[in-house]
Amino acid sequence: MLDFLTKNSQTNGRKEMKTMKLIYPTIIGLAVMLAVTGCNNHKPYSVTPLPNSNATPRDPYSQTLPYDNNPPGIRTADINNFDNMAEDHAALAAYTVHFAYDSAAIRKTEQSKLQAVASALSSDPSTKLTIEGNCDERGTEEYNRSLGERRAQAVREALAKLGIDPNRIRTISYGKDKPVDPGHDASAWAKNRRDDFVLLHPKTGV
Amino acid sequence: MKNIFLHSIKISLTILFTAFAAHFSRGQTEIDIGKEINVLGQTKPIPVSLSGFTGEVADVLRFDLYVQGFSFVAPDAAQYQISGSNSGNVSGTVTDRFAKRAILSRNYSGADLRQQAHAFADDIVLTVTGKKGVAQTRIAFKVESSLGHDEIYVSDFDGHGAQAITHDNAIAASPAWVPGQLAIYYTSYYNKRGNPDIYFHNLSARERRIIAGYSGLNTSASVSPDGTKVAMILSISGSPDVWVANADGSNLKQLTHTPEDESSPCWSPDGKWICFATRIAERRVLAKIPASGGDIQRLPTPGALNPTEPDWSPDGKWIAFTRQVGEFDVCVMPADGSASPTTIVAGEDPSWSPNSRTLIFTRRVGGRYVLSVLDVFTKQVKDVARVPGNDSEPAWEK
Repeated sequence: MLDFLTKNSQTNGRKEMKTMKLIYPTIIGLAVMLAVTGCNNHKPYSVTPLPNSNATPRDPYSQTLPYDNNPPGIRTADINNFDNMAEDHAALAAYTVHFAYDSAAIRKTEQSKLQAVASALSSDPSTKLTIEGNCDERGTEEYNRSLGERRAQAVREALAKLGIDPNRIRTISYGKDKPVDPGHDASAWAKNRRDDFVLLHPKTGV
Repeated sequence: MKNIFLHSIKISLTILFTAFAAHFSRGQTEIDIGKEINVLGQTKPIPVSLSGFTGEVADVLRFDLYVQGFSFVAPDAAQYQISGSNSGNVSGTVTDRFAKRAILSRNYSGADLRQQAHAFADDIVLTVTGKKGVAQTRIAFKVESSLGHDEIYVSDFDGHGAQAITHDNAIAASPAWVPGQLAIYYTSYYNKRGNPDIYFHNLSARERRIIAGYSGLNTSASVSPDGTKVAMILSISGSPDVWVANADGSNLKQLTHTPEDESSPCWSPDGKWICFATRIAERRVLAKIPASGGDIQRLPTPGALNPTEPDWSPDGKWIAFTRQVGEFDVCVMPADGSASPTTIVAGEDPSWSPNSRTLIFTRRVGGRYVLSVLDVFTKQVKDVARVPGNDSEPAWEK
């Protein structure tokens, strides 16, 4: 019954990368739309067309919600900046930043680690950095995927404040999918709530 | 034939609910059993007896009926007596014990015995409750075979016939069906940059493509009821926000602009709202925002702390979500906020069935995740067949 599923889906991987930062070719959109409208007899919904993304943005924060004092984040770096870099997981392993439960705030105890990472990046301008955000197993999966990203972006913002160009830094959240300690106790959770640093060097001969 | 069914149901209900005889005598409402079950926590299972079936067919019927609000009793205590045989093909009869009349009698052929049994179960549910059953629907879910290796699987709703649809040897997560199509969206860290990207995967055409591969987080895709839009979580602006785009990823628009970490967007069935989890004043909350943009409105969940993973029922009436107070619980509340959430069962990440009666969710057993099906209105729960590893993030085909 499910034999349509058996083909290895990996074969499409390469092509996809070229499209990563581009809006999809219209033809694919047309194909999807055709599939939507052609294959079922749903009564069409009357969906209000979305405003063009260039339109004037609405008030981003509802008046009733206390977001106004928070500065906006720093836009992510162009992902193409990080091609042809070799990963060094060991160089900055001593500076893994840990977090409180359910929080992306950087604690005072972690500040010296950020200084050390900033120094390493300053001393060699050819290097770049990946920050990997992780969570403990408490909290649901997609919630943790977002929280891990917020943790990574919080450290990226802190490094920017220390003078590091944020375009040298990318973030990846693994949510709770990559615990460093598989245990189910407070000690394991504390270790798993972390940002790991991966130092990136230009690949030689490229 | 149909009139006989209706008549029999009418008679049985009249016997059961004599106090409401006057109410039930009014035209069509007398068979609207749906009305009876849509009161959270107020419904008892429908007692049935099962005889003549063996092995896999008996197992399938028991599973399918149990998770759709039936209980099994002796024939002389049953409201409906289900009998039949599975020698060769499945054939079955449902007798209303009070009316002393067969209300369903059918022979099945084709496919295999398992599928025939599912078809009989759906016929029983439709005949007895007037609602379309879920026995022939599918689910998609995430399977972690080892740390950092997760693939997306699709199976029958009871976990049988599971097949991997990704072979990425990376983390894959958060599957979401396109309504009415054999196609899903999901997140995979497959590409060489290791970034979490959102894929659209057409299972019939056996092809997929990235529809959101922006720098940072791309995850938690959710498809609008008409299939033309996708809501998702992207962090390109500097924090995880709710974005919406056309089904192919074009016409991207940022909906939320908070510095917080939004997660798990889902659509109202009229396509007008997107509900999601966020944080306000240091507290995790559920909120909604117009799909065309606008102000965020908080959705209060009194008594249910740390709500995440909302899922709006296809009939529009309910929002299921996960609350966390130490452990996780699946909760359901009226989408219009007219009543406080009801905690149904320990578990997380609920996904509604197409008929808005049943949920599939993730349950922790020891250190592992398994998937369970929950009949919301009787609280009857059964684990589905497992794929070895941790099975989580279920999405019910709509």
